[in-house]
Amino acid sequence: MTTDGPMDRATDDDTVDSGIYELRVNGGTRVVEGAWLGESLLNVLRDRLGLYGAKNACEQGECGSCSVLVDGRVVCSCLELAAACVGTDITTVEGLDPTGALTDVQRAFVEAGAVQCGFCTPGLVVAAHELLDRRPDPSELEIRESLAGNLCRCTGYGRIVAAVSAAAAERRAAAGGRP
Amino acid sequence: MSGLLRPATLDAALSALGDDPELTVLAGGTDLMVAVNYGQRRPTAVLSLRRLDELTGWRGDGDDVVLGSRLTYAEMQHGELAELLPGLAQAARTVGSPQIRATGTIGGNLGTASPAGDTLPVLAAYDATVEVASAADGHRRVPMAEFVVGPKRTTLRPGELITGVRIRVPHGPQEFLKIGPRNAMVIAVANCALVADRDTATVRCALGSVGPVPLRCVDAEAFVVDHLDWDAGRVDDPRTYETFGALCAEASRPIDDHRSTAEYRRHATGVLARRALMRAFRGGGA
Repeated sequence: MTTDGPMDRATDDDTVDSGIYELRVNGGTRVVEGAWLGESLLNVLRDRLGLYGAKNACEQGECGSCSVLVDGRVVCSCLELAAACVGTDITTVEGLDPTGALTDVQRAFVEAGAVQCGFCTPGLVVAAHELLDRRPDPSELEIRESLAGNLCRCTGYGRIVAAVSAAAAERRAAAGGRP
Repeated sequence: MSGLLRPATLDAALSALGDDPELTVLAGGTDLMVAVNYGQRRPTAVLSLRRLDELTGWRGDGDDVVLGSRLTYAEMQHGELAELLPGLAQAARTVGSPQIRATGTIGGNLGTASPAGDTLPVLAAYDATVEVASAADGHRRVPMAEFVVGPKRTTLRPGELITGVRIRVPHGPQEFLKIGPRNAMVIAVANCALVADRDTATVRCALGSVGPVPLRCVDAEAFVVDHLDWDAGRVDDPRTYETFGALCAEASRPIDDHRSTAEYRRHATGVLARRALMRAFRGGGA
């Protein structure tokens, strides 16, 4: 450790030691040890915290299969510097339902046949949750635009769009609105 | 310790960067992390801007709006800002994916200075001013026309941070058009921004992805102002569109690369510019 770098003059809250830090993931505090400074949130989630829901494919923000929520915004975890996420609330597909049960969106994916190989599914489910929390009654165009960052090479998207529409209708019905 | 600095104030950030101009600056990270993931950059010390509330959002300042450099594409897309700067909102909507737009920032688009940066021609068409700051020299303002000097090269000096973008709000139509292989998740093959201002009777048009830097179409701009009916918001002679498009195509300086050919880009530029003018000013007699 050097003694005169800018890091040593800053207060603790102003620095993160990339060798050991804490992240808030799915409502709990997790200690991250041994990561290197440039390590992505995706790598930390999968290889250090054992959360394999977010998938690793392109590592350049093209495919969306690593999508997670950071402070409620859907982001590519491969493009998040993990150490820069200290102090944020991270939600992975594993944490969408606190009890670990299938969420309404996941059930809709199953019922609509929106899952084939399944690789893109966690990212799509995370993105769909963010959309429905923001827009309870999305048009098909809004669904397609909101999911445009999540690539699926199996389904052709039709059943994915149908699943999100169905989940939205079910939520509205449950809320007493029009189905 | 291998670490990440995350100061809570701009002064602290500028001080840190002044002490070590080699710090890797992190804003949205959507460009930086691709380079890190692919082994092209291996940062040893990172300056995160993510606690700098001073650089978030936007504010009005007289006839100007000042965008914080941490303003995200998603924030440009909606609300009052999108009503003031609809051209910027349109450009933001075409950037990457919702995931990218939730994270990527206008300061990052400027700092990366990619020839394909989608907000850059819009900022050029606004004749915007980039606000930068450093611990050594304080604040300075750089006209957009001087800020980007080449592909991925800017006039930013060591120790300087982009703090914001100042735009005089124009009163008139604004358009942004972009061509790529598909609608989403696409890097521009060519793009075009057109901004008209009734108050000054000016039209500014700028091109992206067809030159090393955003290109202003000064001949096309000078031509078109003489062929507009400002009161009616119309173009009386439909040949104006063709000539305007051709002059913009002439202003392009495209190259062949893995995304397209120079020939196609020049053609596309003419089409985009013509279409932008048609959307901004309808034809007479129609």
